[in-house]
Amino acid sequence: MSEHAPPTKEQAQESEASTSKSTPTQVTDGSTAIVRALENAGVEHAFGVQGGAIMPVYDALWDSEITHITMAHEQGASHAADAYGVVSGTPGVCLATSGPGATNLVTGIADASMDSDALIALTGQVPSHMVGSDAFQETDTTGVTAPITKHNYFASDSDTVGKTVGEAFALSETGRPGPTLVDLPKDVSFGETDRDPGEPTPPPGSTPTPAADSAAVDAAVAAIERAERPLCLFGGGVIKAEACEEARAFIHEYDIPAVTTMPGIGTVPEDDELCLSWAGMHGTGYANMAITHTDCLIAVGTRFDDRLTGGIETFAPEAEVIHIDIDPAEISKNIHADYPLIGDAATVLEQVHDAIETPPATREWVEQCSAWKDDYPMDYRTPEDEPLRPEFVVEAFDEATDDDTIVTTGVGQHQMWASQYWTYKEPRTWVSSHGLGTMGYGLPAAIGARFAADDSQDVICFDGDGSFLMTMQELSVAVRENLDITVAILNNEYIGMVRQWQDAFFEGRHMASEYNWMPEFDKMAEAFGAKGWRVDDYDEVADAIEGALEYDGPSVIDFHIDPRANVYPMVPSGGANGKFALTEDQL
Amino acid sequence: MSGEDHDNSTPPKHGLAGRPPEERPHPEGRRTSQGIRIDPEAEAEPRVRQAVVSALVENEPGVLSRVSGLFSRRQFNIESLTVGPTTVEGNARITLVVEETEPGIEQVKKQLAKLKPVMSVGELDDDAVRAELVLMKVHGDEPDKVHAITQMYDGQTLDAGPRTITVQVTGNQSKIDDAIDAFRQFGIIEIARTGQTALARGATPTTPGEEPAPEGTIADEPQKPQTPAQHSDD
Repeated sequence: MSEHAPPTKEQAQESEASTSKSTPTQVTDGSTAIVRALENAGVEHAFGVQGGAIMPVYDALWDSEITHITMAHEQGASHAADAYGVVSGTPGVCLATSGPGATNLVTGIADASMDSDALIALTGQVPSHMVGSDAFQETDTTGVTAPITKHNYFASDSDTVGKTVGEAFALSETGRPGPTLVDLPKDVSFGETDRDPGEPTPPPGSTPTPAADSAAVDAAVAAIERAERPLCLFGGGVIKAEACEEARAFIHEYDIPAVTTMPGIGTVPEDDELCLSWAGMHGTGYANMAITHTDCLIAVGTRFDDRLTGGIETFAPEAEVIHIDIDPAEISKNIHADYPLIGDAATVLEQVHDAIETPPATREWVEQCSAWKDDYPMDYRTPEDEPLRPEFVVEAFDEATDDDTIVTTGVGQHQMWASQYWTYKEPRTWVSSHGLGTMGYGLPAAIGARFAADDSQDVICFDGDGSFLMTMQELSVAVRENLDITVAILNNEYIGMVRQWQDAFFEGRHMASEYNWMPEFDKMAEAFGAKGWRVDDYDEVADAIEGALEYDGPSVIDFHIDPRANVYPMVPSGGANGKFALTEDQL
Repeated sequence: MSGEDHDNSTPPKHGLAGRPPEERPHPEGRRTSQGIRIDPEAEAEPRVRQAVVSALVENEPGVLSRVSGLFSRRQFNIESLTVGPTTVEGNARITLVVEETEPGIEQVKKQLAKLKPVMSVGELDDDAVRAELVLMKVHGDEPDKVHAITQMYDGQTLDAGPRTITVQVTGNQSKIDDAIDAFRQFGIIEIARTGQTALARGATPTTPGEEPAPEGTIADEPQKPQTPAQHSDD
């Protein structure tokens, strides 16, 4: 850097350290009000990309204590913010300019919406007087994002814009979480104001009642008491409601087996005797047997996604359904709830827990569930002379790391192996794209997770070769910020899940799923400034993992796995969970 | 349900060990496509019915597109939608006529209630007061007959000229349908229907918790329309 170069933000802050540390931003205009609103909300990190219409807001960040992480692409910013929220339990913040900046955020906002993740997006907009004129970099951002946000706002006044940002923040984490967006015309950001935005306050009427109706609780409890085969189904809502302790206490008190959904992974430790891991399309055989044969399904914080239920007609067909959810609209949306309990998961689980007088007799049922674990083991073969099995790689990483290690993934086969063969023990350690199924989520999510995690926690991104190609530019961010993350690419040179479906349902016609050529990811990582490994054989796995974990910075291991490896069990789309296939010829 | 000896020690080369699907027990029960467990004694096809749903909303920019976007995104069947201000400054009432199954109507109401600008949602009873307005432009060849039919339906002539006559009829949906049928004989050139709007009968509030504007703040009575209007097409 030449001696005339302007200081970086960090240098500038260091030189003013004695006066400016932990001083909240002074409000002088719309932009400083926006930044002050974020500070009042306790925001410490924001992810984004600069650009014309958002420049005033970025300028206000110069003097703020908020750490901004410049991402390579706005999609990366939205995924990083999303994962930051998943790991930290506080909403993630992402910023982008108008037009392409805002539209590039869309995938991450939609992803957060499908997974009910709290996320705030702040987008620049052309000046108010140019809105509607098809100005340079103008997009109808509130129009585009209306269906994928909990609510969005078009800021129209410098005096109130700070309060609006605070409201958007509060709303995103109130009740059922979800993304919110504030569109910020440049003149509103520039406009003078001295109005402090105050503490973030959700809009009136948006805060739900935590406790469920007590008569409804009594009716549900009666159903549990008379059940012979009760089963808990814990969704991502249990983690979002910080209700894992209540969930664990409940199943242990009454000896009720539990399955989770994919977003619910970590609710109950997967090595717990009562835990059957997760159910659904690629869930364990034992989870799917249990959900098929239960006579009383206690579902908490789940929206009965089709990847969980399989065909509606054959889903838990003999079960009375107790559905605990904070969002009344989820009750009987996909699966009819015989006993709807609307409220906060932790509160309602305690209500139910305390109201049970005669616990159901579950000994035989628990034994049956354990027997299914033996009947449908997740074992695989690892012949030394055959290509590397992806399951082996996942298990090797799990063994080499602590229980609090955070796993992020892209979407596809690698995601399923990472969820099946890693034994998750704690909430907020599994970070993935479930509802939207966004390939490319893994690397930016690992970056966001890294900023939210404790320094002692490892962050591992399992990625597919296809998923990694979609957002790998974010590796530049990991190098620049010297983030200690490890990317494990399970490389089969296919869009593997599509290839698996083509083999099963399209007569093996590998249309547009076969890459034939992949970059050498280890060398590419080195070119980015990260550490790279390539692994082809079983005997190289342990060393590469050890090296990557020891390296204090971003590392990439390109595992060349068996290209024919497929994900099982598999419930074909719309099929019965109990009829999961264990091999291709069963499909 | 489990039992017989079964060899799980060696998984297949590609895939997992375990009993194949046809050798597993499967429960007899079923659910309907709406996720309701089927009672074999009383199995019935889901019936579609018409519901009038009233939503009290904050009259902010974009509220109508949020509501209509919700309907298209979730594929709710909507027959009509009307919107207009209430006596409370900044509020508007949206009246929706939907045709859905019972769970579908519940979803409509719950999803509407989740929209931030929507303050309150209610479904109107069958005895609710409903009305719709239609404007019809018909050929003006037989003005006396048009006038007679208009009177029959308590309508008004809004515009009359040598070539066209435009009339207005208000009432419930079936009255409007009948009136349109009756006017067909003259040849309907253009038609505009507002869709139904409705209020609950008697003291029942149309949407739960709804309160009128405080005394003295009610907006001025709307002006009575002047009829008949001046000729416009000669």
